[in-house]
Amino acid sequence: MSRDLNPDQPLLEVKDLHVGFAADKKTVVPAVIGANLTVYPGQTVAIVGESGSGKSTTAHAIIDLLPGTGRITGGQILFEGQDIAHAKKSDIVALRGSSIGLVPQDPMSNLNPLWRVGTQIKESLEANGVAKGKAADARVVELLEEAGLPDAARRAQQYPHEFSGGMRQRALIAMGLAARPKLLIADEPTSALDVTVQKQILDHLDRLTDELGFAVLLITHDLGLAAERADHLVVMYRGQVVESGPALEILQDPQHPYSKRLVSSAPSLASQRLSSVQARAEVREQAVQTAAEIAAEVATHDDELGEGRGTIIEAKDLTKVFKIRGSRPGQSTDFTAVDQVSFQLERGTTTAIVGESGSGKSTVARMVLGLLDATSGSVEFDGVDITTLRKKEQQLALRRQMQPVFQNPYASLDPMYSIYRSIEEPLRLHGVGTAKERETKIRDLLDKVSLPASVMTRYPNELSGGQRQRVAIARALALDPEVVICDEAVSALDVLVQAQILTLLNELQSELGLSYLFITHDLAVVRQIADHVLVMQNGKVVEQSTVSEVFENPREDYTRMLLDAIPGGSIPLGVVEAGDDV
Amino acid sequence: MPDGRPSKTRPGQERYVARLEDTPLHDVGALDTTAPPESQWKEAWKQLRKNPLFLISAALILFLAVVIAFPGLFTSNDPTFCRTGKSLRPAEPGYPLGFDRQGCDVYSRMIYGARASVTVGLLTTLIATALGLVVGAVAGFYGRWIDSLLSRVADIFYAIPLLLASIVLLSALNSWFPDRGFWASVLAIVLALALFGWPQVARIARGAVIETKQQEFVDAARALGATPRRNLLRHVVPNSLAPVIVTATVSLGIFIVAEATLSFLGLGLPTSIVSWGNDISAAQNQVRAGQRLGTMFWPAGALALTVFSFILLGDAVRDALDPKAKKR
Repeated sequence: MSRDLNPDQPLLEVKDLHVGFAADKKTVVPAVIGANLTVYPGQTVAIVGESGSGKSTTAHAIIDLLPGTGRITGGQILFEGQDIAHAKKSDIVALRGSSIGLVPQDPMSNLNPLWRVGTQIKESLEANGVAKGKAADARVVELLEEAGLPDAARRAQQYPHEFSGGMRQRALIAMGLAARPKLLIADEPTSALDVTVQKQILDHLDRLTDELGFAVLLITHDLGLAAERADHLVVMYRGQVVESGPALEILQDPQHPYSKRLVSSAPSLASQRLSSVQARAEVREQAVQTAAEIAAEVATHDDELGEGRGTIIEAKDLTKVFKIRGSRPGQSTDFTAVDQVSFQLERGTTTAIVGESGSGKSTVARMVLGLLDATSGSVEFDGVDITTLRKKEQQLALRRQMQPVFQNPYASLDPMYSIYRSIEEPLRLHGVGTAKERETKIRDLLDKVSLPASVMTRYPNELSGGQRQRVAIARALALDPEVVICDEAVSALDVLVQAQILTLLNELQSELGLSYLFITHDLAVVRQIADHVLVMQNGKVVEQSTVSEVFENPREDYTRMLLDAIPGGSIPLGVVEAGDDV
Repeated sequence: MPDGRPSKTRPGQERYVARLEDTPLHDVGALDTTAPPESQWKEAWKQLRKNPLFLISAALILFLAVVIAFPGLFTSNDPTFCRTGKSLRPAEPGYPLGFDRQGCDVYSRMIYGARASVTVGLLTTLIATALGLVVGAVAGFYGRWIDSLLSRVADIFYAIPLLLASIVLLSALNSWFPDRGFWASVLAIVLALALFGWPQVARIARGAVIETKQQEFVDAARALGATPRRNLLRHVVPNSLAPVIVTATVSLGIFIVAEATLSFLGLGLPTSIVSWGNDISAAQNQVRAGQRLGTMFWPAGALALTVFSFILLGDAVRDALDPKAKKR
């Protein structure tokens, strides 16, 4: 592509940008405070930050797509030397697409479900006056091919629902690049996708950047991913740029305390590896010891379920077949979501089940919890087959000894229940203690999960995601269970919060001798919490071993692929240890 | 960082570290304890209180409640005391809106007419909502054949137009029990309207319950050992109430109109009962003849204003409770 761009002339300069959202007529809540950043032609620059840091707001301010009451309240945005923050609306509309392209965050909701994919790309070609009619149709196919979609001519005729998430994101990239913009803003382009798909898409985007020479402004919460893909990093925190500079330099030698925190917490980064393995070994030692004492006690008690064995959960040939409704009534096809899965969970240890979406990992968790009946196979809890439990007391006893923590902290607490009522519910259901004793217990539980007692009177909507997850953990621990099943329990949280919750889970495990079944799509966190790991793909277990074995010596290609896809995994790091200045 | 990219620092991209004083670090996951704790309902109420739509409609409805409870405060005339000599006479002192064809006081009939209309509206809404909520919640929560059965029954009732069905039912009732008192007549209309009004609520409730029961907190409660019944009553129904309340508020207006329509057609409340519908019905001849339009205007206006305030209230409540508007 021939472009008369001077590579030493900044393509985009954001100078002292202030963005605010009007809460009501008088008050403006600042979202971005004095942000500066510069992007040169052909460069990839990443803005990194947690949710609410103002990273997306900055990106949206650049293309004038601020949501709702958002306004630029100060500063300049220079695109090729021209201030576009104070330009006419029509000029910015002309700029969008043709000079600045956007790849939005959520590939599921950003395509119109009623239009063919090709038509939507054609629209952006025609809107920017690139091509019309037949020529545009041909160009659409070329663009889809370029974005890495096989069989592009046929795909262009399909509707979005016929595309997988990765294919949709490719279509959106094709759309963003349709008019050959000089700058592509990619707002969390892969956070909704599986890691292996994420890697493919980002690799492809890298290739396109090199070929076509456009610049990319990458917005992401993942420091590892940002460092791997970008030349220049901008770290944002609470609306401010706290640190910026060459990607590698920041990663190896972060200066600002916040960047230090980020570097030490990001699960995908190598710095965690050795220290986390050691820390994990200590946790396990303590937990196994405590758990053995509990087991000895269980063995002598009659009212508790189980025999006090060392293996607390044993799944044998667990299979779940779902019937999918066919085209005619009464007709159905079988879909095997979980296929002959066997594993053991030893007391005081953590077994992780890792897999991408659709691998059947959550279905396994639900069967172990008894929320879903297995088609065949069995789950033994401490020597007792849970599928044979018919008596109500036995089922309640099982509930006491095995508790879940779910993925979405925004959905797993009843919004109408105060925190006190939420944690009290299991105690009430099982008739534990008097009102006074229950209150003491709840205070104790909140203390265990490091929440102040004042949180009791509050409601879930007033708490942050991390706080809600702490409440969910407190509720799970209310009945003093032996096993906690964490179904993607940290996936929806920001990295720093995620690190905190993982630490909390580790502490609780060593203190209470808990055994965890830890379901996750993120192989990176496994090292910090798990001892054994099952890698699942399409309902089957492809590899099963200790964590160190899987990380250091993966036997299966699929496991290797998952490991390779961890962003930033191969970046050499400086000597920042966890806990340093945090 | 991939190889082959220029790594020399260019103007504007020098290493920059913000001063810690300018960018203070906050505790991760610190709790804001400055504001008092608030439940969802409290928050909705706070939002409602600021909504001018709500303030206007609430003021109107409050005023209406006073009129219904103490009609004597507004007029000392007996609405059933009519003198044919005053037929269609214009306003005079003590009778600010003049007289209708029978020579009754239009103003006092307007005041006393509120009671029948609003009573019918409130009772019908109450019964239809309760019935619809139970059917919808059971259908949505238990699913399978229970859902199919209840949903089909609701569809059948839904397919019959509300007014048409009530007309048929009430004309039958009228021929069997021609002379009824106030409450018997009100009850007949309420039952007729509620019988064909509940499927609307049931549909909304079923949808809301299906959405709620898929939430993780319902699974969490199950895993804690809660029985399905407890789950339904303690978790699912309370969380599904918002759209039902909105529908109920809006349909209150619709039921008031339906009562007026039925009375207008001579099938609703007997003419011996003072109601807006009856007065509008009685006034239609004057309107046709072009005499004393006020006899039609005042009861119709009062009816319109009442329905308007309830629909306004429904809108305001929807704004406060709509989960989509609350997602941040």
